[in-house]
Amino acid sequence: MAIAREAEPVGSLREVREAGLDRDDLLQVYRNMILTRGIEERGHILYRQGKIPGSFYTGRGNEAAAVGVATAMGPDDVGTPLHRDMGVHVTRGIEPWRIFAQYMGRVDGPTRGRDGNVHMADSNLGLIAMVSHLPAMLPVAVGAALAFRIREEKRAAVAWFGEGASARGDCHEGMTLAGVRKLPVVFVCDNNQWAYSTPTHLEFATEHVADRAEAYGFEGIVVDGTDVLAVYREAKRAIEKARSGGGPTLIESVTLRMEGHAVHDDAFYVPKQMFEEWAKADPIERFRSWLRENANMTDEEEDEIASEVKRTLTDALKRADESPLPEPSQLTEGVYASPEDLDTPHHK
Amino acid sequence: MAELTYLQAISDGLRTEMRRDKRVFVIGEDVGVYGGAFKVTLGFQEEFGHWRVIDAPLAETAIVGACTGAAIMGMRPVAEMQFADFISCAWDQLVTVAAKQRWRAGTAVPIVVRLPSGGGFSGGPFHSQNPESSFAHVPGLKCVCPATPEDAKGLLISAIEDPNPVLYFEHKHLYRRIKAEVPEERYTVPIGKARTHQEGDDVTVVTWGAMVYTAEEAAKQLDDVSVEIVDLRTVMPWDKAAVLESVRKTSKVLVLHEDTRTGGFGAEIAATIAEDAFEDLDAPVKRIAAPDTPVPFSPPLEKAFIPQVEDVAAGLRELAEY
Repeated sequence: MAIAREAEPVGSLREVREAGLDRDDLLQVYRNMILTRGIEERGHILYRQGKIPGSFYTGRGNEAAAVGVATAMGPDDVGTPLHRDMGVHVTRGIEPWRIFAQYMGRVDGPTRGRDGNVHMADSNLGLIAMVSHLPAMLPVAVGAALAFRIREEKRAAVAWFGEGASARGDCHEGMTLAGVRKLPVVFVCDNNQWAYSTPTHLEFATEHVADRAEAYGFEGIVVDGTDVLAVYREAKRAIEKARSGGGPTLIESVTLRMEGHAVHDDAFYVPKQMFEEWAKADPIERFRSWLRENANMTDEEEDEIASEVKRTLTDALKRADESPLPEPSQLTEGVYASPEDLDTPHHK
Repeated sequence: MAELTYLQAISDGLRTEMRRDKRVFVIGEDVGVYGGAFKVTLGFQEEFGHWRVIDAPLAETAIVGACTGAAIMGMRPVAEMQFADFISCAWDQLVTVAAKQRWRAGTAVPIVVRLPSGGGFSGGPFHSQNPESSFAHVPGLKCVCPATPEDAKGLLISAIEDPNPVLYFEHKHLYRRIKAEVPEERYTVPIGKARTHQEGDDVTVVTWGAMVYTAEEAAKQLDDVSVEIVDLRTVMPWDKAAVLESVRKTSKVLVLHEDTRTGGFGAEIAATIAEDAFEDLDAPVKRIAAPDTPVPFSPPLEKAFIPQVEDVAAGLRELAEY
């Protein structure tokens, strides 16, 4: 039996305004979702062209969840997004050409060719770069929240993880510490229903991942991850609650991973019917319809957003392709930090 | 100057930094009300409050991970592992996250993890280990292993100041057994610099931690052999120049450590001497270390495990006569 609260969908424009988004904000959210998908689609093409070494991961189907949560964050909040959360980087304002440079192992990617795919973050945007070991970033986000609590700052940390990663000890330990100390952290579970090839019933025995929240002493919420406005509203409430001393929240955003685990995986193990069903709830299409019905988005506005995104992507690809490959002679530089490395917006 | 035990010197260093720098906080199991399993932070919570001396749940991954997050947000966390052995539970946070973050993502992680390590009191397999070589092997981590009260204080302050993750191995057997004059003011001991514990001409012992005193006792047993003891103080980065200089002076080297032999850090030192000072050697480099077993519990077994004064004396004699 479910313990977590199941969030209602967002209805009217008035309701959205109350949650803090005006019409321009909504169009920006729509643009960020399209740009997110566009980056990953172009990335796919680059991969097929042999321009991306290693593997390639996307978050198709998770655009609303990532953009919705990131839209709810304030400029001073910090986050640890994962490989299905490109929308977080986009919403926080990363320049798309740097993502393509990252994909292609060029020096202008955030990791300067030292790490690949979405293992990146721009610290100027309040993000901390993920590692492959999921959910190792949860305790790190909890630590950021601990720093805010010690200094009595009204800031929140947002920690992303997948339903697969919810099985690991880091998740339990991070939530335990956050719970006992009522730290200003929001845990966001991207439940895309498949951990590589493993379905949810082999990953956790409760109905929802968010049902666990009560055991850690905070609220759990399940939200439809294809509904960007519902995700936004729940994230906004949780972040404000965290900032005002109300402690953590666990938001489980349910979507379907619309592609394989990575580019090599055709996801044969996912029932075809499941893909067909979830395709009907495509987050971008869903929000587009909502905007047309509830916010009177015009054809002109839609076209303008589409062409701006297209231009951005074309320019970004060109600029990324001009970025040089890293110099092997610099391989051993920066294994250890020097005092100047502490001169960042994060560390201050 | 005040005479302090090794343990008091650690407390003194930590207290000095916490008074000076509001960003420094302590987190660990039982570090608050109880003052830490070994009482290093006794009285700290009264002075600094419960948000700077944080009693954590029994969750090493959360402790080290939270330190990383807080450090990236501008704090200077000092984590206490109740025993160095429990750092295995936080391996991922140290090795996967903290160690690599600067190199791959440009994000420095200035954390200190205090690790009460070492055996000699029947702590058994899970309360006696010296895991420094495992971490010295991980690019991005620093490992310090002070042997004297003065270095214990100065290296702890350096570790807190350092912009990297630093593992601070404090040897439990030295806590209350070793006492010496320690400057009352704040000072640092540079990370990566060895110290000549005693000068000599015939044989060099390269060692660190509690084995410095084992080497000293062994040297006393040999009236006719002049032994130089190089206390490495820092295992990563280690002071190659000081070791090679001593090797060139004595031409005979004994590498001694309490950790197990195979893949122990002594192997790295011996290999470096073979590469860089082969022509200066008058005898093969000798290693004395624990055998390749877990640390045993029962006293006769533990005595057979930890290098003893007589083992070291015999090794020195062998080298001197070579």
